[in-house]
Amino acid sequence: MTSETTESPPGNEAGASAAMAGQSNPAATPGGEQIRAESSEPPVLEVRGLGRRFGSVLALDDVSVSLRAGEVTCVVGDNGAGKSVFIKMLCGLIAPSSGEILLDGEATEFSSPRQARSQGIVAVYQDLALAPLMSLWRNFFMGAEPIKGWGIFQRFDVAYAKQAMQSELEKLGVDLGDPDRAAHTLSGGERQGLAIARALYYGARVLILDEPTSALGVRQSGAVLRLIRRAAQRGTAVVLVTPKPQHAFWVGDRFLVFQRGRLVEDRMSETLTLESLSYLMAGGTEVEELESAIATA
Amino acid sequence: MSLLQLPAYGNARPWVRTAVLRPELGSLVAAALLFIFFSIASSGAMLEVPTIARVLDTAWPYGIIAVAVGLLMISGEFDLSAGVMVGTAGALLGVMATEWGMNLWVAVFLSLLVCLALGLWNGVLVVWTGLPSFVITLGTFFGLRGANVALSKHFTGDALIENIDDAGGYDSLHTIVATVFGTAPSDFRVSLIWWAAFILIATWILWRTKIGNWIFASGGDRDAARAVGVPVNGTKIGLFMLTAGAAWFVGVSSAIRYTSVQAGQGVGQEFFYIIAAVVGGCRMAGGYGSAVGPAIGALIWGIAFVGIPHAGWNSDWRWAFLGVLLLVATLINHIVGERVRTARSG
Repeated sequence: MTSETTESPPGNEAGASAAMAGQSNPAATPGGEQIRAESSEPPVLEVRGLGRRFGSVLALDDVSVSLRAGEVTCVVGDNGAGKSVFIKMLCGLIAPSSGEILLDGEATEFSSPRQARSQGIVAVYQDLALAPLMSLWRNFFMGAEPIKGWGIFQRFDVAYAKQAMQSELEKLGVDLGDPDRAAHTLSGGERQGLAIARALYYGARVLILDEPTSALGVRQSGAVLRLIRRAAQRGTAVVLVTPKPQHAFWVGDRFLVFQRGRLVEDRMSETLTLESLSYLMAGGTEVEELESAIATA
Repeated sequence: MSLLQLPAYGNARPWVRTAVLRPELGSLVAAALLFIFFSIASSGAMLEVPTIARVLDTAWPYGIIAVAVGLLMISGEFDLSAGVMVGTAGALLGVMATEWGMNLWVAVFLSLLVCLALGLWNGVLVVWTGLPSFVITLGTFFGLRGANVALSKHFTGDALIENIDDAGGYDSLHTIVATVFGTAPSDFRVSLIWWAAFILIATWILWRTKIGNWIFASGGDRDAARAVGVPVNGTKIGLFMLTAGAAWFVGVSSAIRYTSVQAGQGVGQEFFYIIAAVVGGCRMAGGYGSAVGPAIGALIWGIAFVGIPHAGWNSDWRWAFLGVLLLVATLINHIVGERVRTARSG
């Protein structure tokens, strides 16, 4: 009995419930583990009752969502609906004021984007974190340079860096040409490609993309969306913020609609058409409320 | 301007691509042209061994510090205290050896510690306050300019400290930093070997180590670098210390070579290093450059410094030359830089 209690990690809900089950019936501990294993495809990242207050303003209120591997989750909503606060909390840029974040079922707290990144949660922002005059391979390995040799002869493995970048880009179907060209010479879509490939190369399990197609033309948007699908196929949980219904509908498996700091819809793509999605994104129920308010006045 | 007609990067032959992407190329061409020009203007006097020896001897003290200042510039920072730090290193050495009777080896070591501490001070203040390094190191410059002379006078009664060769350890140190090869006036100092070694090591660090990648990243886009985990602050502080260390080497070398130190030396030279770095193709805003470039920039200064009197001109023109050189080099760098930035691969 005592040994079972000490085995379960402190502060872990699942562990605590297993220990409680053990208390009522000592033989049932393996059964408790069985229950945890039974829920097939556990979410990579789960948030429960997530909220954030800025002074007296409630920016996000009681959001509970599970993000699964291989799924593209689109976060949509009006300006100020809370979507950017939501993704900033996922990647450790903003700390939640209430609720919890669970990674692989374990409650975690991210004190910084760097820490979230080390756990496999990577946000690719619009500025993309590329140094303009540095070559593609230098950018690709910025902050994580592959090393060979030892002691004072330790050096940046340039041949490996170029080859590893090229093979990763090939796997994703991204062609950027000469690896020695400066990052500044890339087009917007190519830059997205490089940034996404880099995130995936470093083992991103949750990839958060903030309006990746906002500044792109049709062809380049298509290429980036295809890349996003490919990332999901490789088993990454993708979170995509976009104001464009067509882009979201084409690539999304699941849609989270935010309104005034609340999660008002959580729908799978099968339950939606492009029209109904556009309607939801344009304000959805809010429009109905507005119409009925006008009618009753 | 033929430079504007450079072939577009993407369609160019491989060697042209490499050339466009080599930051020091412009300065190499300029150095060669200048050397040919002064060779003709001096009726061949420029090509004689004693003249070449003088060019190199003029260039190396600037060259060593310019290489460090160049790396610092690539990381996005300036150091205006590098010149006066040469005086600090020498004056410290002089006071410790002649007044306090220290062995020169001990004095050299303590002088290094003080210079590194001053570099640390510059670096920490810059990253901690977020103020432009221009302002922070200008403060250090004036502080040291006063302290160098005031403290020398306080301890020795004079701004000129002499007879350093009386101190213990002089001979061994002289061998290391001031050995002469050849006989005057065709004499070459061992300092040139130290300079070459420093250029090679700096190039190695810049192109082939992760620290080099951090230097480019820190100056290229500080926030991006930080976001992916590059220790930007540590890199910059390290480079301020490297610059202080380079100034220390030059200050100590010249103190031992000339056996005397002028406490006011080095003032005004901080701009030469920056000019050499810019002429050598380092981008003033950071993120682009090389270690060889600043060394070639210093060599250009040496060629002009020695070449102007050889050509029979008033040597006061050197300063005007330096001004024109800076302007032209910056302009060329700007054009080439634009070329690199807009280059498209086919």
